[in-house]
Amino acid sequence: MTTADSKTAGESWEMVVGLEVHVQLKTRTKIFCSCSAEYGAAPNANTCPVCLALPGALPVLNAHAVALATRAVLALNCEVQPVSVFARKNYFYPDLPKGYQISQFDKPLALRGWIEIGTRADHSPIRIGVTRVHMEEDAGKSIHDRFPGVTAVDLNRSGVPLIEIVSEPDIRSAEEAGAYLRVLKQILEYVDVSDLNMEEGSLRVDANVSARRRGDTKLGTKTEVKNVNSFSGVERALEVEFARHVAVLEAGGAIEQQTMLWDGSTVRPARSKEGSHDYRYFPEPDLPPLILDLQWIEKERHDLPELPAARRKRFASEYKLGEYDVEVLTSNPRLADYYESVARAHGEPKAAANWVMGEVMATLKTSDEDITRFRVRPADLAALLGLVRDGVVSHTAAKQIFARMVATGDQPAQIAEREGLVKVDDDSQLSTWLDEVIAEHPSEAERFRSGEKKLQGVLIGAVMKKSKGRADPRKLTQLLTARLTS
Amino acid sequence: MAVTIDDVRHIATLARLGLPDARAASIVAELNTILEHMDELAKVDTTGVEEAIGVGAEGLPVRADKGPPFPLARSLDAFAPSVRDGFLLVPRLSTHESPEEA
Amino acid sequence: MTARCCADVRSDTAAGRVTAADTLTAAIDRAHDVGAGREGLNIFAWRDDDDARRQAATIGDRLADTTPGALLGVPIAVKDNIATRTMPTTCGSRILEGYVSPYEATVVRRLREAGGIVFGKTNMDEFAMGSSTEHSAYGPTRNPIAPDRVPGGSSGGSAAAVASGIVSIALGSETGGSVRQPAAFCGIVGVKPTYGRVSRFGLVAFASSLDQVGVFGQTVDDAARGLAVIAGHDEMDSTSADIAVPDYTAAASTDVKGLVVGLPKEYFPASLDPAIRAKCDAAIAHLKALGATVKEVSLPHTDLAIPVYYIIAPAEASSNLARFDGVRYGLRITGDGLRGMYEATRSGGFGSEVTRRILLGTYVLSAGYYDAYYRKAQQVRTLIANDFRRVFDSGVHVLFTPTAPSTAFPIGAISDPYEMYLSDIFTATANLAGVPAMSIPIGRIGGLPVGGQFLATHFDEARMFNAAYALERALGAEARA
Repeated sequence: MTTADSKTAGESWEMVVGLEVHVQLKTRTKIFCSCSAEYGAAPNANTCPVCLALPGALPVLNAHAVALATRAVLALNCEVQPVSVFARKNYFYPDLPKGYQISQFDKPLALRGWIEIGTRADHSPIRIGVTRVHMEEDAGKSIHDRFPGVTAVDLNRSGVPLIEIVSEPDIRSAEEAGAYLRVLKQILEYVDVSDLNMEEGSLRVDANVSARRRGDTKLGTKTEVKNVNSFSGVERALEVEFARHVAVLEAGGAIEQQTMLWDGSTVRPARSKEGSHDYRYFPEPDLPPLILDLQWIEKERHDLPELPAARRKRFASEYKLGEYDVEVLTSNPRLADYYESVARAHGEPKAAANWVMGEVMATLKTSDEDITRFRVRPADLAALLGLVRDGVVSHTAAKQIFARMVATGDQPAQIAEREGLVKVDDDSQLSTWLDEVIAEHPSEAERFRSGEKKLQGVLIGAVMKKSKGRADPRKLTQLLTARLTS
Repeated sequence: MAVTIDDVRHIATLARLGLPDARAASIVAELNTILEHMDELAKVDTTGVEEAIGVGAEGLPVRADKGPPFPLARSLDAFAPSVRDGFLLVPRLSTHESPEEA
Repeated sequence: MTARCCADVRSDTAAGRVTAADTLTAAIDRAHDVGAGREGLNIFAWRDDDDARRQAATIGDRLADTTPGALLGVPIAVKDNIATRTMPTTCGSRILEGYVSPYEATVVRRLREAGGIVFGKTNMDEFAMGSSTEHSAYGPTRNPIAPDRVPGGSSGGSAAAVASGIVSIALGSETGGSVRQPAAFCGIVGVKPTYGRVSRFGLVAFASSLDQVGVFGQTVDDAARGLAVIAGHDEMDSTSADIAVPDYTAAASTDVKGLVVGLPKEYFPASLDPAIRAKCDAAIAHLKALGATVKEVSLPHTDLAIPVYYIIAPAEASSNLARFDGVRYGLRITGDGLRGMYEATRSGGFGSEVTRRILLGTYVLSAGYYDAYYRKAQQVRTLIANDFRRVFDSGVHVLFTPTAPSTAFPIGAISDPYEMYLSDIFTATANLAGVPAMSIPIGRIGGLPVGGQFLATHFDEARMFNAAYALERALGAEARA
């Protein structure tokens, strides 16, 4: 991806964007209590004295949340802070039971990270800085339209662990913002710390945007855009809000620092006024400082799974795959795992790539299934590819066998035997079928014999159909050519 | 540092304490008297002194990522002021009101 | 008349010489005789004698236990900011009127597991903010020794329950002196453990970095037995220490020969009431006679304790009390929309002292003031803690001081908030530094009790009890003269 200059609002204005991404960590229980963190339970079913903020309740930190958060920040090239401090962010809202959120303020878990989101025209990498990442608890959900006249509050989500990833204001266009989000999401998928599902709310994005004249180094006044629920929505919202900034500034006005809400096509100001956002942060007295052992941090770093960039590089060199294939096969880490298992078992990476990108992905798409639950085990797919390579089944038959494997989970060799799909390259059988087809298609046969070579496909196809895909196409072609050559 | 009635109204708003004006006025005097005594602290040299965090505590203990949840002897509807279909009910906010507007 | 000490109750109950029901009946009768009710001393926020009898009935099943519970059959009064499952927990406030907690505090569970019987919830200053138990939404508690006077606060109800002979042990809570000062005013023993010694899970938070559950006892032994049962690590409280609990009663048999007792000069200012000073001098003389070494020491930042305390405690309180918003439990008063509900509920539910402290706390945390007030106070707090560390590191085993600058004052006598705050002048330092401290009666002035305070270094309650046992023994009847 090469950077595109912002096409909107002329070349004189530059968009400056910073993104705050909230990611729910996929722990079994909440960050400060043992309630289930699972999505979708009946309202307020997953609550206890702690996450209900009953008088006298106290937080106790979930070790796995720390481990997942640490994995995430290491994958984002951050400097893990061996000592970090939880802090209270105080404000009133019905789905914030304590009247404060336990978060981290001036001593967060991690600082000074970065990710690469693409390259510029001159091939230099576009690196976006990550200012900080901190741990915090999620609030519950307020539902405003379930019952008339009241807001319904569900505290199941209250206390689910989050990390907040704050980028440097290094992003210079809506496209870069989209790229940042997609790269970030992929990295986090690779380290398997979250479901990263925007519909379910396990991934949320707030965007800060400002405008300045190109060449200026000082940042303009920024506004925050919230309530965007897709990456493409972020891109559109940024374009719209940036255009609004430019219009105001070009008319000689000033940008008011405020929160804007996206409704799918426009931004409008949220009704709160600045100055009421005094969160009165102070260190959380119920939680002593979190001290991480340096050796433990190094072990977590060492144990990180292979990250996307490294995996792409390795796929290109180890499997000699082209850029497109690499992109597709590494887009999702479990797909990449699947591919590698197949490629290694089969021994021919390109063939494996074709099948995974072709049949496997098409099947997954149709059934809307996850690769991790895919019925065709990598070893079995490799076995099928082996049958094709060894000439035991034709390519066409292999596709049928694959379909049966998806439906039944059975082994390819079994299926081939059972359904009579083993390739036939026996001359007499092929000749028999060929004779039948020629008899059934006399005019096409005659035209082929007279030189219309393109009819070969029709005749071969008819034999393939008659043989239920078992005929060996190469042999068949030889026989046909021999038979119908004048 | 002297506190004014506007300061008191502002902090009462932050703390969601509905403070009638008469009370606000007397609070101004009370707070100022108290805060006067705090000014002694400004004279103390605290260069290089750490803030007292975790007095007497020994690092942050952690727990395993498993249940069971801490049990409640009574369910929410036994003690919550307003519950319906399992939800807690409060006066309605408009759909896009942010937390700071509540 | 006093209640039977808990060591005797326990051994008699275990041996079957007395039933828990008998002991309970004695407590109920005593409460009636002293006028513990609303119109009288107003000791209890809630009593449910039927519930207590049901608890007592279960004690019979436990007589076969290999080791009898340490408090078997002992009725215990519990301050109303400690969560109990069968009786309300109101914290002396309208905002929790009738609120029955759906879980119980760890300390209450431990008492019951030790065979103790929860005998009522005691009255207190609202949300533990006060030094006189005059700031309860349910009326003031009266000092059983002198009913026109305050019992001290904020745990005045628990102190009065012990001082009037209803129970031998009661639980209170400490943030700036709320167990020791009422113990001094009521002529009984009051213990504040090391911060982290006792679980706070189920103690309604006032100031999280200062709060501890404390124990009142008729005698040092009662208090030691009470503390032994509730102390110890709790995985539900991240600030609770994972350090073994020694046998505090073993300190009863140890003498104090060679004990080094420090007298911090800042606690014996020229302005100290001479009558209180005289009582302290007499106590010190006893300690010397027993073989202790007594020397003057200095805790130079002592006079900063009140400003530091009254910044940190209200700040943490302003945050801890934000959960009282009418949404999930407690009082709800409707108003104009959501904000109206918050404001009507909180202004209707909180009393004037709580309101004042929430405002003060919100102010010192607010933008522009955090560094000058809250951060500064936490730094000076470190200096206060360092004073103690220096003294204890220099070979001093315990410190001895007066507990309070006065005896119990008349109800209504102090209306100026800051003057009331000064009642904590000798006690708040221990909360700020996290060190254990306890008050024992050392005499009376005009019939009003005076308390003497021992302090020790972190987790050295055993040494503190050692000094207290010895002094109590040496004083004998002098403690009530």
